[in-house]
Amino acid sequence: MPTLTYRDALNQALREEMQRDPDVFLMGEEVGVYQGAYKVSRGLLDEFGPMRVVDTPITELGFAGVGVGAAMVGLRPVIEFMTWNFALLAIDQLVNSAAKMRYMSAGQVGVPAVFRGPGGAALQLGAQHSQAFESFYAHVPGLKVVTPATPADAKGLLKSSIRDDNPVVFIEGEMLYNLKGEVPEGEHIVPLGQADIKRAGAEVTIVCHSKTVAVALKAAEQLANEGVDAEVLDLRSIRPLDREAILTSVTKTHRCVVAEEGWPFAGVGAQVVDTIQREAFDELDAPILRVTGADVPMPYNKQLERAAKVDPPKIVAAVNEVLYR
Amino acid sequence: MTGSTAARTRARSRRLDPAQADEYRGWLRQMMLIRRFEEKAGEAYSLGRIGGFCHLYIGQEAVAVGSLAALGPDDYITCSYREHGHALARGISARAVMAELFGKAAGCTGGKGGSMHLFDASLGFLGGHGIVGAHIPLATGMAFAAKYRKTQQVAVCYFGEAAVNNGAFHEALNMAALWKLPAVYICENNRYGMGTALERASAIYDISERACSYDMANEVVDGQDVLVMHAAMERAVQRARTEEQPTLLEVRTYRFMGHSMSDPIHGHYRTREEVEDQRKRDPITVWSQRLIAEELMDEAAVKAMDKSVMEEVEDAYQFADQAPEPEAEALFQDVYAEEQR
Repeated sequence: MPTLTYRDALNQALREEMQRDPDVFLMGEEVGVYQGAYKVSRGLLDEFGPMRVVDTPITELGFAGVGVGAAMVGLRPVIEFMTWNFALLAIDQLVNSAAKMRYMSAGQVGVPAVFRGPGGAALQLGAQHSQAFESFYAHVPGLKVVTPATPADAKGLLKSSIRDDNPVVFIEGEMLYNLKGEVPEGEHIVPLGQADIKRAGAEVTIVCHSKTVAVALKAAEQLANEGVDAEVLDLRSIRPLDREAILTSVTKTHRCVVAEEGWPFAGVGAQVVDTIQREAFDELDAPILRVTGADVPMPYNKQLERAAKVDPPKIVAAVNEVLYR
Repeated sequence: MTGSTAARTRARSRRLDPAQADEYRGWLRQMMLIRRFEEKAGEAYSLGRIGGFCHLYIGQEAVAVGSLAALGPDDYITCSYREHGHALARGISARAVMAELFGKAAGCTGGKGGSMHLFDASLGFLGGHGIVGAHIPLATGMAFAAKYRKTQQVAVCYFGEAAVNNGAFHEALNMAALWKLPAVYICENNRYGMGTALERASAIYDISERACSYDMANEVVDGQDVLVMHAAMERAVQRARTEEQPTLLEVRTYRFMGHSMSDPIHGHYRTREEVEDQRKRDPITVWSQRLIAEELMDEAAVKAMDKSVMEEVEDAYQFADQAPEPEAEALFQDVYAEEQR
């Protein structure tokens, strides 16, 4: 199986879906001539031309709305946001237009669009460029929210998202673009709403998604050295949420830590905890703990930024606590 | 301005073509239907039969009727939340619109959309939208799709003059002009964004001039004269369909009622005299008198038409009143599509 970066896996998914379906087009800032701010769209303009790889002005609300409108009449746009931080300017189109169109029209008009781009913190980009927004969008009925953690999932989930008839918020990890991994060639599809056990274990479940999957795997490695057998469960989709996979894992391990990059208040982890306490309360041997980004705007200073982020020691500490070690 | 004034004068001074009398009478009937429908909707709202917000179109009928008459069956239409008139003029039945206002299953969006979200995809009628200006990019996306597929369709977007101070308006019009999209933007300038007069909200008075920022064709149109409206729309549609160029039409009209049913007719923001003065150019009277003057109708025919319209509206009211509520299961239907492509 070929080894690809996360970036090239996304590129492959886009290329294959654009070859497969002439209604699929890519639109966003710098996606064409510049080849993508993060080079996800490299080579696509040459292959598909300017009508299908469309450079836009810096006008997030405007081109997100153009994508929704085009999807309402049957095209399948992939709208790239240079980052999800900038997409806040377009959130009205996602929440008020894309998410509600099918319902408001009693099923007459759907929005088969993908909105994608990097989310989460990179390195020292400061408060306005370092945010994880998956819980914002996951709150909204009508949207699906997808957060791939590996190159193979990036490809398989993007292909599924493009084929999905619903609006999909597809949040890539800004720090994952160079991550390498094996990626199946051709028709590799990962269904939305299916979590994945990235490491099997028996004593504690670490629920995570996107960039925190790699962090959790490092933590699990360290825990293994200390004799603790941790399971790492990658949600992959935040909405729909794979409740069954979460409950199956917790029923096996009886202990759980939920990690995410975002802020703690009303975060993704809160939803996971709610699911477990309602449906597997009697399986728990300890209260569930959450590890999140600090409840502050992201600071610029390197040490402060490190302190604000989820890292392996924080996950290890939480695991030790739920194991009463 | 000069060009459009000249065009307007030509349209007014030209005698009506008797060969088109049926179409002309059809416009009058549509305007009357909208008027009587809205009167009935206002009455039903006062009786508590219609809930939520209810924005009436009374006074602006010639805009929807004259402009929609210039479209083809495959064209796309999006509107703001003051869209009962457009829905009726596009051909959604009075029954289906009234039932929607009543929140009934037989409504054009199954009782889920309500007054502000009327849809009929089979007619290309893609919504009433409730966020000021937000549907202007949507229409632009539909125009993009028409160009992408080379279908010769035109996307038309109706919005009030208050939307032009909103970023969505500028972002969308810039892209439409930049990419040469087949769109027609119809700004229904009824002088007030809720209770704020145009000159208290916009740094320039002539909204049509905003098109100059995007090097976009534009016209000022008398929205109280259905013939003038139709002629201007034909020019804009032609420009979109054959030249792939967008147009901004600033249509000067007036809302005879309050912003919504919970708003008084004149309130603190405009005088009773102003409203009465504007009512002298009632688009229905303007057009019926013209048809009578040119002997395409007589008084008796106008009265008979009004009577038939009132019967249609009464039928719609009775239909909506007696129609069943949506099933309880409808609550969770249509949130997501199940199928994948």
